[in-house]
Amino acid sequence: MSKYTEEELQKELETKEYEYGFYTDIESETFPKGLNEDIIRAISKKKNEPEWMTEWRIDAFKIWSEMEEPEWANVHYEKPNFQNISYYSAPKKADPNKTLDDVDPELLEMYKKLGISIDEQKKLQGIAIDIVVDSVSVATTFKKTLAEKGIIFCPISEAIQEHPELVKKYLGTVVPKKDNFYAALNSAVFTDGSFCYIPKGVRCPMELSTYFRINQAGTGQFERTLVIADEESYVSYLEGCTAPSRDENQLHAAVVELIALDDAEIKYSTVQNWYPGNAEGKGGVYNFVTKRGLCETNSKISWTQVETGSAVTWKYPSCVLKGNNSVGEFYSIAVTNNFQQADTGTKMIHLGKNTKSTIISKGISAGRSQNSYRGLVQIAAKAENARNFSQCDSLLMGNKCGAHTFPYIEAKNKTAQVEHEATTSKIGEDQIFYCNQRGIDTEKAIALIVNGFSKDVLNKLPMEFAVEAQKLLEISLEGSVG
Amino acid sequence: MLQIKNLHAGIEDKGILKGIDLEVKAGEVHAIMGPNGSGKSTLSSVIAGKEEYEVTEGEIFLNGENIDELGPEERAHAGVFLSFQYPVEIPGVSVTNFVKTAINETRKAKGLEEMPASEMLKKIREKAELLEIDRKFLSRSLNEGFSGGEKKRNEIFQMAMLEPKLAILDETDSGLDIDALRIVANGVNKLRNKDNAVIVITHYQRLLDYIVPDFVHVLHNGKIVKSGTKELALELEEKGYDWIKQEATI
Ligand SMILES: Nc1ncnc2c1ncn2[C@@H]1O[C@H](COP(=O)(O)OP(=O)(O)OP(=O)(O)O)[C@@H](O)[C@H]1O
Ligand SMILES: [Mg+2]
Repeated sequence: MSKYTEEELQKELETKEYEYGFYTDIESETFPKGLNEDIIRAISKKKNEPEWMTEWRIDAFKIWSEMEEPEWANVHYEKPNFQNISYYSAPKKADPNKTLDDVDPELLEMYKKLGISIDEQKKLQGIAIDIVVDSVSVATTFKKTLAEKGIIFCPISEAIQEHPELVKKYLGTVVPKKDNFYAALNSAVFTDGSFCYIPKGVRCPMELSTYFRINQAGTGQFERTLVIADEESYVSYLEGCTAPSRDENQLHAAVVELIALDDAEIKYSTVQNWYPGNAEGKGGVYNFVTKRGLCETNSKISWTQVETGSAVTWKYPSCVLKGNNSVGEFYSIAVTNNFQQADTGTKMIHLGKNTKSTIISKGISAGRSQNSYRGLVQIAAKAENARNFSQCDSLLMGNKCGAHTFPYIEAKNKTAQVEHEATTSKIGEDQIFYCNQRGIDTEKAIALIVNGFSKDVLNKLPMEFAVEAQKLLEISLEGSVG
Repeated sequence: MLQIKNLHAGIEDKGILKGIDLEVKAGEVHAIMGPNGSGKSTLSSVIAGKEEYEVTEGEIFLNGENIDELGPEERAHAGVFLSFQYPVEIPGVSVTNFVKTAINETRKAKGLEEMPASEMLKKIREKAELLEIDRKFLSRSLNEGFSGGEKKRNEIFQMAMLEPKLAILDETDSGLDIDALRIVANGVNKLRNKDNAVIVITHYQRLLDYIVPDFVHVLHNGKIVKSGTKELALELEEKGYDWIKQEATI
């Protein structure tokens, strides 16, 4: 008999388990723990990088060494010991140049568990996928189809070798090395990630997708993604993330840079499901990510994210609306449960004239979790007729969790129009009973209500992933896991 | 179909239902009337299995089985439907999606496959027509921003879709305009057959002009203080409740 009281709901939510918490025994090559110039040179050497790249990293390391870890986010955690992390771990048999038949069967098995059989993916028209396990990129499908259109989609390590002019020109231009503590760290030690270039006037014919997975213990993942949409081009990009369940905390500090040149459009969607820690708050991934996009004239960048994982999340996908008439969008669903803490939001920096931004943030908190939205809308003095609309809705389950909203607005131009709306609601016993009365059990009822609450954002995801995201929301908030 | 024996229920220390006996047979219509706060909605909630209320004494049988241990969704699967006096809003969930989920969850509980989309669509069209509901309405968020009358009509639409064995209509008439009342009442009548039963809770005779009850019960202070046939409702309409309250206290 499933019945609903606040207390029982609480209990039910606490028993949630992490579906992707397996560890795959793949032979790995892992660097000794610790961070210094030698390690960085070794990473760079391992990756066969040109001199300029090595120096770029060393420079970032020097900047990082002088920086202090930020304290201002509304999250509390034991700070990672940066000398106790291994900065490079690679499945031994991985080699991006090999065909799929050469891929370690254990790896393939892992993909299967993740629900991303590459074979299937290969057949599935419309999605090209790059998979990053620990520090290296292990498979990129659809390369050929894309190459015919002049689209480059490959591991960033490969791009550094094969397309140095593009990497040199754009890397670190949107998120400079000194931008923040974790961005500096990432710049020094990033090991892989995806690179994508869409040539002028090309509409990318399929979703590009990267799948990140932390497998090895005691390692950090520092991937770097660089997406460049040349003039009048379009691309939709999706990243998904999982990690095994471990008692210790794992660090994930990624940097994503998007560049939309004149009249280009980039849609960047994330479904993040890193291990959130167990019901007592032990373990889980620290997800400290810097994501930023630069919009040139008439261009558009949309960030859509569904965040259900990680013990601590600190993440603000942002848009720098540099060009006139450029558009920035941020659609986010952040779910926190048990002892998870999320401090996420966005920054919309309006520099150009007639720039427009939209922010829709949906926070769902359960258990004893803390869910904060932090958003900055900045309108520069020269940004005539800039417009922003922000809406932040919070849904609470039970009495022990918290939702917080921190909107910051800095308007330096009088023509700016900035609107902010916020609501907080609770899933009511009456709503649950109403659903129950119609034959819908409590778990399904919660899923239904949460999906309804998140609909505005789910609708922004590419179709294939909206369904996946919906499932993920259910898993994150329900007692039973498949 | 439904048998209630000496039912006592309440909330925390407060007793609300104080010994209810009621038997509803298949094919029958029962009307329950009674002053505000007498316990009519509480009775329907308790039959539907709302956990908030504690049953302290007595039993409820559905088709001869004690349903005391069944959760609200299990009772729904067994064919109990409650048209709420105050239907709740579920933002972002369309009427169609909600009804579809309700039907398929009920089927799942019975070990049946999901209803094929075409069949579902056909049924939705049919029932929307029966209740003269504009299909655009069905894509709106459940009860969000619905007028009082729209909410009630939507409840009966769900009833039509779910085809319950026992339907309890808690003041479904309140909020409906004259035309809507006729449409909804006719809808309910069309759904009636010899295998199902309806309990209508109302304050007014006008609904009973359309849905003619076989029995009328008066609930006062948590007890059924008078039962009769449809003439009792007419008498109440004329005289109010005072004479019954007095009779009850003697
Ligand atoms: N959840 C509750 N908490 C406290 N009191 C309640 C609760 N539910 C019902 N009651 C009380 O029980 C009594 C019966 O309420 P109920 O809603 O069943 O009346 P009703 O007969 O449906 O009245 P109306 O004709 O106004 O709809 C009222 O005094 C009401 O205040
Ligand atoms: Mg009532």
